[in-house]
Amino acid sequence: MKLLTHNILTSKCLKGVTVGYPLGIVAKEVKVNEVEFNPEFISRMIQKVDWPALCKAAENLGHLDNLPPAVVDDYENNEEFLKKAHHFLMEIEVINGDLICPETGRKFPVTDGIPNMLANEDEV
Amino acid sequence: MSGRPEHQAPPEIFYGEDEARKYTRNTRMMEIQLVMSERAVELLCLPENQPCHIIDLGCGSGLSGETLTEQGHVWTGVDISSAMLGVAKEREVEGDLLLGDLGQGLPFRAGAFDGAISISALQWLCNADQKSHNPAKRLYTFFSSLYGCLSRGSRAVFQFYPENSSQVELITSQAMKAGFTGGLVVDYPNSTKAKKFFLCLMTGGQQPLPTALGVDSREDAPNCVTFSQK
Repeated sequence: MKLLTHNILTSKCLKGVTVGYPLGIVAKEVKVNEVEFNPEFISRMIQKVDWPALCKAAENLGHLDNLPPAVVDDYENNEEFLKKAHHFLMEIEVINGDLICPETGRKFPVTDGIPNMLANEDEV
Repeated sequence: MSGRPEHQAPPEIFYGEDEARKYTRNTRMMEIQLVMSERAVELLCLPENQPCHIIDLGCGSGLSGETLTEQGHVWTGVDISSAMLGVAKEREVEGDLLLGDLGQGLPFRAGAFDGAISISALQWLCNADQKSHNPAKRLYTFFSSLYGCLSRGSRAVFQFYPENSSQVELITSQAMKAGFTGGLVVDYPNSTKAKKFFLCLMTGGQQPLPTALGVDSREDAPNCVTFSQK
């Protein structure tokens, strides 16, 4: 699970959850990959990304180093910023661990890079 | 007609280890899936030459996702079968994968995606695989959560195999209830073999449906659906 995906994931399908975002991460295994840099895609995604949640996630993973604390002005033309955003959104992958609902504490296990978002029948 | 997969078992059981492996070794079937995926992406009418963030609903072993990657898009896939997702992982698809039940709703933030495709999956949602399942409710939960996580103006295209017209009615009514506009595009409507159904849903208010393929050139040939009662 890339941090881009974590940034858009919520637990709001669970009964009783209002916002369910952002999900906490407790990671047992994290991988760093090399992914082709697409500045146009990253530029557009930055509009959707919740930057504080991205920082929190990177911090949870112990990979906070180098991540700018906020989106800079004129980021579309700032290749260095876009490259950093790309690294955090697309190249850091949670392989094993848990995602945690901020309202109920319910855990969603991540196994082999795949989060299990299946809820029990009495939870939806 | 027996033999419809969704009448045999719930999808996570039907697509167990053996079937999952078979699915991605059957070259003819892979060819069909590829063509349908390309058509679905075409029907999405995405802006040209722009890499988009797409959700693949019922992504299975990643066949349709590979079409998305090929066209330069970044995608996330959701499927209920861990065996199928396992095959996708083995095939090293680019998209992120999630194990989830579409009928429970999509667990994403508002506006997360620029589009959605789904190949041969929607008919599975019309079944009640457990006593507690109410297909209409699950379809509505699915469509309303999908509506929420698509950015305004984006589309969702579903290639699926409707069992009969009342199933189409059930699906489209829940989609409309959730706020979508759009309708069914039927390619090659006059060919039993080639006929393909694509549900094209839009979030930006009513727009004309894309033209179907292989329709007669007769003036009064309908571009909408007619069903033979089988």
